[in-house]
Amino acid sequence: MSVQAPAAAERARARAERDYARREAMLAIGMLAPAVVFILLLVGVPFGLAIYYSLHDVTTGGTEVRWVGLRHFAELVRDRVFLRSLSNTLLFTATTLVAVLVLSTVLAELLMRDFRGKWVVRFLILLPWTAPVALGLIGWLWMLDSVFSPIDWLLRQVGLLGQRGAPLGALPNLYWLGDPVLAKVSIVLVNVWRILPLATVIVLAGLNSIPRDVIEQTRIDRAGYFRRLFDITLPMLSPILLVAVLFTFVFTFSDMIAIFILTRGGPANMTQTLASHAFFTGILGGNLGRGAAIALFLLPVLAGVSALLLRLIRRSEVT
Amino acid sequence: MAKLTVRDLHTHFGSVRAVDGVSLDVRDGEFLVLLGASGSGKTTLMRTIAGLEKATSGEVIIGDRVVNHLPPNERNVAMVFQSYALYPHKTVFKNIAFPLEAVGTDKAKLKERVEWAANLFGIGHLLDRKPRMLSGGERQRVALARAIVREPNLFLLDEPLSNLDAKLRHQARHELKKLHQRIGTTTIYVTHDQVEAMGLGERVAVMNFGKVEQIGRPSDIYREPANTFVARFMGSPAMNLILRDGEVLGFHPENFLPVSEQFQPDPDALRLPFVVSGVEDLGADMLLYGEVPGADTTPMGEAREVISKLPARLFGELEVGEQHEFFVRSRAVKRFDPMTGRRIDARAAA
Repeated sequence: MSVQAPAAAERARARAERDYARREAMLAIGMLAPAVVFILLLVGVPFGLAIYYSLHDVTTGGTEVRWVGLRHFAELVRDRVFLRSLSNTLLFTATTLVAVLVLSTVLAELLMRDFRGKWVVRFLILLPWTAPVALGLIGWLWMLDSVFSPIDWLLRQVGLLGQRGAPLGALPNLYWLGDPVLAKVSIVLVNVWRILPLATVIVLAGLNSIPRDVIEQTRIDRAGYFRRLFDITLPMLSPILLVAVLFTFVFTFSDMIAIFILTRGGPANMTQTLASHAFFTGILGGNLGRGAAIALFLLPVLAGVSALLLRLIRRSEVT
Repeated sequence: MAKLTVRDLHTHFGSVRAVDGVSLDVRDGEFLVLLGASGSGKTTLMRTIAGLEKATSGEVIIGDRVVNHLPPNERNVAMVFQSYALYPHKTVFKNIAFPLEAVGTDKAKLKERVEWAANLFGIGHLLDRKPRMLSGGERQRVALARAIVREPNLFLLDEPLSNLDAKLRHQARHELKKLHQRIGTTTIYVTHDQVEAMGLGERVAVMNFGKVEQIGRPSDIYREPANTFVARFMGSPAMNLILRDGEVLGFHPENFLPVSEQFQPDPDALRLPFVVSGVEDLGADMLLYGEVPGADTTPMGEAREVISKLPARLFGELEVGEQHEFFVRSRAVKRFDPMTGRRIDARAAA
């Protein structure tokens, strides 16, 4: 008895440990399951469906599904609107990205300093982020209205518009969303307005993470403002700046709300992007197969650029 | 290289008087240590000299030029931060080269200077590494090399050894002293460690509440403290202070000896009874903790515990709990005013 007792206790402990390990594994599965199910249902299923549709002739007009192979893709490559959508997507993303990067760095630098009324500035910068997207965009729709635009009114008041010989023309309005070039400018403007708050907060966090000693050391080391900015601040900021780039890129590249509310792709499909073109073709136009094929063009670019950026972020981390 | 003069300098942050009226004269090529506890204003004083803080009033004069209105980059001072503040994305070479690049030094000169500075600290083989691949001691050397690479007027060091382990610190202290003898740049060194201050400084300024309590050669400050604050700050263990006959008497533990064959009191010696309550054997020395019966706590509230430091071989003759007669030679007794804490005997240093 006295000899067997330790062995029995040993067995009991081993069993308790096994039970505990099993319970822990169950807990892990239980905690992960909702996220996995969520991703499978909301990302995996539509994604599979999109691939399936893009290879078949599917419309909202009937229940017939016919295999067409790569015909949708072959047609798209010859489609002028599709090609313009593709170039617009790249153009909007690139210009938005550059504008957001420069402006967010400037604003973050500004917010690092102490000045009177700083909280008002911070409040105003963050305001677009707190407003619902659709509401903000409808506000912009008014701002850019073809007749009642306050921007045009302001330009008329200062004499830049609406008179004979005025620099911006004699017409009373600029027709922001009606002119092919101005419509594109408007889309980029609104995109920048939407993303700037988030980017500014990200860059601000990055600036705050640079040790004060290092910045003071550059002053002791006789570096001027621009050397400090380009040689010290920006390189040390680069990991977090790349996060801002990633967010801005993914947001603008796949966005269609701004297009949908402001221009509906017009005038004459001049502001169409991949996302909006896919929506208008597939959902509103009823050609689900072709819409799916357009949307699938987003995938390789998004995946490729995101992977590249994540790699860069990892490499540029210094500590 | 230049001399440094500080005249009635104040640096206040709101109602906090971090530096509260400091005047200093530092000779060209001198090594001055600012010693004080945290919050004593020593780092703020150094940062004001560097130009990183704005002086509220008073003057900072480097060479013959008043620099109060100049930003740090125009004062030509080099500084080593406690954190070393290395540029993490740059190699060691680029780190050391940065102060030279910033003023547009040509490539050949730059390479020569960087290699000179790196070899001076024995880090010539690390030039291609990034700071994260260096040990603490190596980082400290890179920071020092970056500071001396450009022949500054002033060399400011903010606790540069506090991030090193004890053994390395000892060695680094020795090297710093040799370096200073070699390049001879006027150096201000901030520390809270009185052992460092004693070992490094040609002169030491003891700071407290934004003011300089005493400035002088380390041995003078140790032997002839100007007040009870300095007396309690210097030495490890610090000077014993006891209240007797309306005076505060101060004496170093190594001067508090048992009346015995080895130690004979002089005729005017201060004789005190001593009850030993604890013994600490440190190898070479032995510390006896105890109390002097009849002595009161001073008005400043210093502990009543008195310490005697004796050569270790005397252990055994003194039993814990017994009372012995101890003495301090008359020359070793310092007298302080119990209310103000100031020295009142004639030998007090200026």
